[in-house]
Amino acid sequence: MKILVCISHVPDTTSKINFTEGDTKFDTNGVQFVINPNDEFGLTRAMWFKEKQGATVTVVNVGGAETEPTLRKALAIGADEAIRVNTEATDGFAVAKQLTKVIEDGGYDLVIAGRESIDYNGGMVPGMIAGLTNANFVNNCISLEIEGTNATATREIDGGKETVTTALPLVIGGQKGLVEESDLRIPNMRGIMMARKKPLQVVEPVATASETTSVRFEKPAPKGAVTLVASDNLDELVNLLHNEAKVI
Amino acid sequence: MSVLVYTESEQGKFKKVALEVASYAKAVANQLGTTVTAVTINTSDSSTLGNYGVDKVLNVTNATLDAFNAKAYADVIKQAAEKEGAKIVIVSSSANSKYLAPLLAVGLHAGFASNVIEAPSSTSPFTVKRTAFTNKAFNITTINTDVKLVAVSHNSFGLVENTGSASAEDFAPAIPDFAVNVQSVDKASDKVSIADAEIVVSAGRGLKGPENWGMIEELAGVLGAATACSKPVSDLGWRPHSEHVGQTGKPVAANLYIAIGISGAIQHLAGINASKVKVVINTDPEAPFFKAADYGVVGDAFEVVPALIEKLKAFKAQQ
Repeated sequence: MKILVCISHVPDTTSKINFTEGDTKFDTNGVQFVINPNDEFGLTRAMWFKEKQGATVTVVNVGGAETEPTLRKALAIGADEAIRVNTEATDGFAVAKQLTKVIEDGGYDLVIAGRESIDYNGGMVPGMIAGLTNANFVNNCISLEIEGTNATATREIDGGKETVTTALPLVIGGQKGLVEESDLRIPNMRGIMMARKKPLQVVEPVATASETTSVRFEKPAPKGAVTLVASDNLDELVNLLHNEAKVI
Repeated sequence: MSVLVYTESEQGKFKKVALEVASYAKAVANQLGTTVTAVTINTSDSSTLGNYGVDKVLNVTNATLDAFNAKAYADVIKQAAEKEGAKIVIVSSSANSKYLAPLLAVGLHAGFASNVIEAPSSTSPFTVKRTAFTNKAFNITTINTDVKLVAVSHNSFGLVENTGSASAEDFAPAIPDFAVNVQSVDKASDKVSIADAEIVVSAGRGLKGPENWGMIEELAGVLGAATACSKPVSDLGWRPHSEHVGQTGKPVAANLYIAIGISGAIQHLAGINASKVKVVINTDPEAPFFKAADYGVVGDAFEVVPALIEKLKAFKAQQ
């Protein structure tokens, strides 16, 4: 089984979010970048398929050279090879088009992407590549088993979960649950050394146009001070929630 | 040329988000001087949509669509959009709509903006405001394609009532092969889901152990709220993953979010930031959550929560 894991290069979850160039660009100054958490759950699940079922695992990112350390980290975690599509990720559709070319060229059976990146939160790339490559698709995937060409997956739904069966070729929008937080792997020295020697192929992008344009960013208005209520005066809290906030 | 909106239902009844996206579609249609057409799937009575600005309803009734299937539902909505010549298609941000929307975007060759929180600031170029960086920022985005797809965030636009009535017609689109088949659904029917809840009661490590969640569930019960938890609590296995709210868990866009014994890590605050009113109960007055909250009580959850339950019961009894 050939697995492709799509890796977004995103600011660490603790990052302060600021913008530059007239609020049109994310300010990367002092920001540490990581593998998108939703992608890392998928990558770790892919390692299980590699170790137990002999799958090969390729990781891919659409982005500039600055994203390569993130791909090297994925190699250090255990992926076999990496591909970087050498273009700026402008919108979800453009990224999906680039990934579609990689998928068609590589003939992957299973494509694992995170349900969304934690920066743009578009949540569109996995579904779009499924649509563009005419593969089956399971979103919000919290468990995945593959046997031959058959797949059994569980997806989170509002208020519960649902188990589905489908077949390869398959695209997954993954999230926590594919593996547990405690299953995530920190690259060890051997992994890091080996990652340096693993192939990282840079491919040029296909011609495509973005369907959306990011015009600018705004930050939320500063928040007013909290209204403190004494713990022995909870009638006041009920009163405020009812009469002032009007939420109960 | 009408605006098409997918108004989703569960067991034949509209979800609240269906009425919110209908309200949103009406606002867009007003800006463009056009009408709103809704498409429903296996909904028993669609007349209520007229009250939220829908002019015409396409009712799809087909037993094979009783179980949700993203590919088939996306295809049905695509056919409805093509039949109506719709240039703008509106969906919600429910788990099912988020699942089908990218497939629909590809099918319609539509540019897609998700997590949209306001009516368009301009229709030419079509410009919307959406959340990004997990509610730590907003992104102003234009959609450049001829056909446009917008997914509206939960509880962002709200319900806007209209005095109107919707005409209804049956619509029988072709149904594609499913390719993904539901084997079983595990859903607590008696509980409010976090996505649909108006009020969410959430607790963290300050509760000291899973055995202490009885009062959290009781408080949620009194308020008709959903229960949620912080990431450490779900990682420790005290509560199921499905209750984890935050950046890598579920987003919460409730009217009222009550955080009990949660310090307020940046990832947690990002996930719940779209909620309108936040209340924090914590023993530590320095907890970061107090800076993000609207109302706060400094105190021991084991004293404050039972007392609050009694006050709320008394309040509810008077209503």
